[in-house]
Amino acid sequence: MPSEPLVAEHALEFPGGYTRTTGPVIGRFLTELRDGRVVGVRTAEGRVLVPPLEYEPETGEPVTGDFVEVGPAGTVMSWAWVDAPRKGHPLDRPFAWALIKLDGADTALVHAVGADGAKAMHPGLRVRPRWKPEADRIGHITDISCFVPEVTAMVAPIRMEYRVRPGRSLARFLEGVRDGVFLGGRCTRCVKVYMPFRTSCPECGSAISEEVELPDTGTVTTFAINNLPDPRAPEVPFVSAYILLDGADVPMIALMGDVPAHEVRQGMRVRAVWAPPEERTMSMANIRWFAPTGEPDVEL
Amino acid sequence: MREVAVIAFAQTQHTDHDEGLTDFELIHPVIQEVKERTGLSRFGFTCSGSCDYLAGAPFSFVSALDSIGAWPPISESHVEMDAAWALYEAWVRLQHGDVDSALVYGFGKSSMGDLREIMTLQLDPYYLAPLGLDQVSFAALQASAYGAGRAELDEIVRRSRADGRNNPHALDLGDPAGEEFEVAPLRPYDVAPITDGAAAIVLAAGDLARELAERPAWITGIAHRIEPHYLGMRDLTRSPSAEAAGRAAGVGKGPVDVAELHAQFSHEELILRQALELPAETVVNPSGGALAANPVMATGLIRIGEAASRILDGGAGRTVAHATSGPCLQHNLVTVLEA
Amino acid sequence: MGNRCAVIGVGQTRYQTKRRDVSIAGLVREAALRALEDAGLTFKDIDAVVIGKAPDLFEGVMMPEAYLADALGAAGKPMTRVHTAGSVGGSTALVGASLIQGGVHDRVLVVAFEKQSESNATWALSTHLPFNASLVVGAGGYFAPHIREYMRRSGAPDHIGTLVAVKDRQNALKNPYAHLKIPGINRQMVESTPMLWEPIRYLETCPSSDGACAMVLASEDKVTGTPAWVHGTAMRSEPMARADRDTVSPQAGKDCAADVYRQAGITDPRREIDVAEVYVPFSWYEPMWLENLGFAAEGEGWKLTEAGCTAFDGDIPWNASGGVLSSNPIGASGLIRFAEAALQVRGMAGEHQVDGARTALGHAYGGGAQFFAMWIVGAQKP
Repeated sequence: MPSEPLVAEHALEFPGGYTRTTGPVIGRFLTELRDGRVVGVRTAEGRVLVPPLEYEPETGEPVTGDFVEVGPAGTVMSWAWVDAPRKGHPLDRPFAWALIKLDGADTALVHAVGADGAKAMHPGLRVRPRWKPEADRIGHITDISCFVPEVTAMVAPIRMEYRVRPGRSLARFLEGVRDGVFLGGRCTRCVKVYMPFRTSCPECGSAISEEVELPDTGTVTTFAINNLPDPRAPEVPFVSAYILLDGADVPMIALMGDVPAHEVRQGMRVRAVWAPPEERTMSMANIRWFAPTGEPDVEL
Repeated sequence: MREVAVIAFAQTQHTDHDEGLTDFELIHPVIQEVKERTGLSRFGFTCSGSCDYLAGAPFSFVSALDSIGAWPPISESHVEMDAAWALYEAWVRLQHGDVDSALVYGFGKSSMGDLREIMTLQLDPYYLAPLGLDQVSFAALQASAYGAGRAELDEIVRRSRADGRNNPHALDLGDPAGEEFEVAPLRPYDVAPITDGAAAIVLAAGDLARELAERPAWITGIAHRIEPHYLGMRDLTRSPSAEAAGRAAGVGKGPVDVAELHAQFSHEELILRQALELPAETVVNPSGGALAANPVMATGLIRIGEAASRILDGGAGRTVAHATSGPCLQHNLVTVLEA
Repeated sequence: MGNRCAVIGVGQTRYQTKRRDVSIAGLVREAALRALEDAGLTFKDIDAVVIGKAPDLFEGVMMPEAYLADALGAAGKPMTRVHTAGSVGGSTALVGASLIQGGVHDRVLVVAFEKQSESNATWALSTHLPFNASLVVGAGGYFAPHIREYMRRSGAPDHIGTLVAVKDRQNALKNPYAHLKIPGINRQMVESTPMLWEPIRYLETCPSSDGACAMVLASEDKVTGTPAWVHGTAMRSEPMARADRDTVSPQAGKDCAADVYRQAGITDPRREIDVAEVYVPFSWYEPMWLENLGFAAEGEGWKLTEAGCTAFDGDIPWNASGGVLSSNPIGASGLIRFAEAALQVRGMAGEHQVDGARTALGHAYGGGAQFFAMWIVGAQKP
């Protein structure tokens, strides 16, 4: 039996941390940072380096002593997304490392961007520093906790609540459905039967008072095969069909069932499949779907 | 401009509760009534006003179209505004000269939702709506800026409610009473009541109007103006857009026997009287106005209908109707009607 | 039809899935300022503003004309908000034109927009009240059965919808504002995409876009620059629930076309119209509208599509801009059709300009194919 390998913890740490002298350029930058400003330095050629260096990186020539306030906003040039932050990272939740070109600067600053997710990051994203509280700032690059996207959108939750009644026409129709009957209304002027029942005729505008009980059989006039899920349908694909009930002059749209989607045909004869009487309410949910009757198709 | 008149007006018996009718069931009898009264079953143009957020679903105007007998297909449009603006669109259409009649209707059921909060949604979506500033609150800001006297406001409400009790279409509301505020300085009775209702008007041009009505209410002036939105950037003590609309419509060109003002809060009547420079002898809101019945999206149209009715029934010679939209009288439409 | 009216300025935004860089006011201003620039005018010169959009649920801003009044320079002027479902963009142009035709104003700014990305189109369009008795799943779910019925009646072969899907996206490659740009688009690509609502495939549907479009309309006395003259305007609506309604070729569409052709003196649209911008949100609606609008006899529309007549180099190009299939900020889509028709007869359509276009049709429809708005514009004064 192998013995437990012998292991010990070890750390290299200078007690209390190193004390670095900053020189005039970095010192100026960190001093300004502590005061809540970001500065860069101008090169002889007129470029602004951020963070400022004492020399022009390409040529090694000294920079001028001209400090320029930049940002604080900037533009993300590129980024890397950290899903699992390490202990030393500036943020303890997923975030991005980014090269950020602050407004007025010609070079990019490396810093963290706190964003909602990798999808929120894109080149050109506008960000601004999130500063530590003034009392906690010590002249350190982490005086900026991170950058965060500029506000480009806001969430506007809107919820309006209503108390809705079905209306006289639909209430009457749903009473019928509760009792297992489809109620239509006949416009005596147009001699058309409307399903579901309604109190006025869409064609001539006259009032409808004559109720007609319609059978629960009809013909599919046309349909769609839906491949997108919908809470009202038990599965995908499902067929939503226009069904002209026998004796009605307007089709209703209903779910098809007991038949594979691709076997539904225009002209197919169908019958409503009802929920058992004890489960029925004043709701269209009483009709589970329409199923083929097996009769020969109707010529459309 | 071409002569155009209001020749028929109908409205529901407005209710303070949901009668269990859909929008299209609400509008149907009113349409039937103006058709019967004019003998017209087809119109050269049709236009309506309604609001999806009031109805609680998109396309509230679609089912209404199913109830007006729109067959064969009709020339028709819709504004997502008070139907007074639908009437304006119809009036403009009649100016073309090729059609002679127009049907205008509006409907709304404020009983279904919370009107005060629904009206928040028409505010600036960045600076105002997120504050949850509701309709009574922004109206109260205007009332406070205007500095109306309590006795004056009470009298406006008392008069409006008394007139409303004599109007079979308006609500039956008692004299104002109570010391509590809804949002100070407004008391609950300073606020127009929650109302369901619908209204329709038929417009006709020239000879057709003369043929179909004994005493057509001719539109001799009609204009509307909007002003900037953000409340802090406006002078809330007055309504420059109502002033401009009133001038453009020519309110001051003659005496005004009756004025129907779309004041949903008592102090708005004072601001509007000033804006329209109404003389003291003008009878304001003999129907009771919006303070006696406020079927939102139809209320402005009803003002035009009521002002026209005073002429149609021979009671007045020159009347003014006002309709408003937006927070704190932001958008105002003024119509001058003459016998 | 009243006084003469002309389009003297057109402005469009870039159309894309999400315009994250702008507010709602910024979006409509982008289109409005471009239209004014095109007309050589400023907000000061405008008499009235008409704004249109589809349901307010899209942005959750009710009656947005109130908040947008100052953004569109409307302070102190009349402003109107139009809403006629999917046809609203077209209706907005017509309401604006009506103000000029009626002699009420001389210069009118019309703007339509949608910022669909603030919510979700299927939600905003399909939200309905409780007790609703029908089963409709989104716009595609609604229109698919009517397309199926068209295919049955006409005997059109299955690939016609694919041809339109390819053609309109090829056209979109020439339009700098278009949303969907699919280099190398071809039949195979379209046919390899899934059926969403059979018989409608994914690439046979329109995208969801953010965007706005604007036009400056002027009376004859105030015409500047290169005008597109309005030769005819018409709206028609029919009840959704009517018995025997022909949902494949609605009567309202036929009547609307007949009215607008009569005003413009057109008796043979196929020959007398040079270019058409027609509201085709699902590819099959091209052959269906070819018949409904009288470009082809009943049952024959698909043959024009198949023969390439509606292609950019065909004898009657349809949707040279790429159409609704390539850009669809719903409330603005109709106005874009009207504006693109105007651009064509002004000779200002750029890379997708159809040579010698003198007469153009702008078309929009909405609801359950029950609201129609159309205009005919021409290079010549009527």
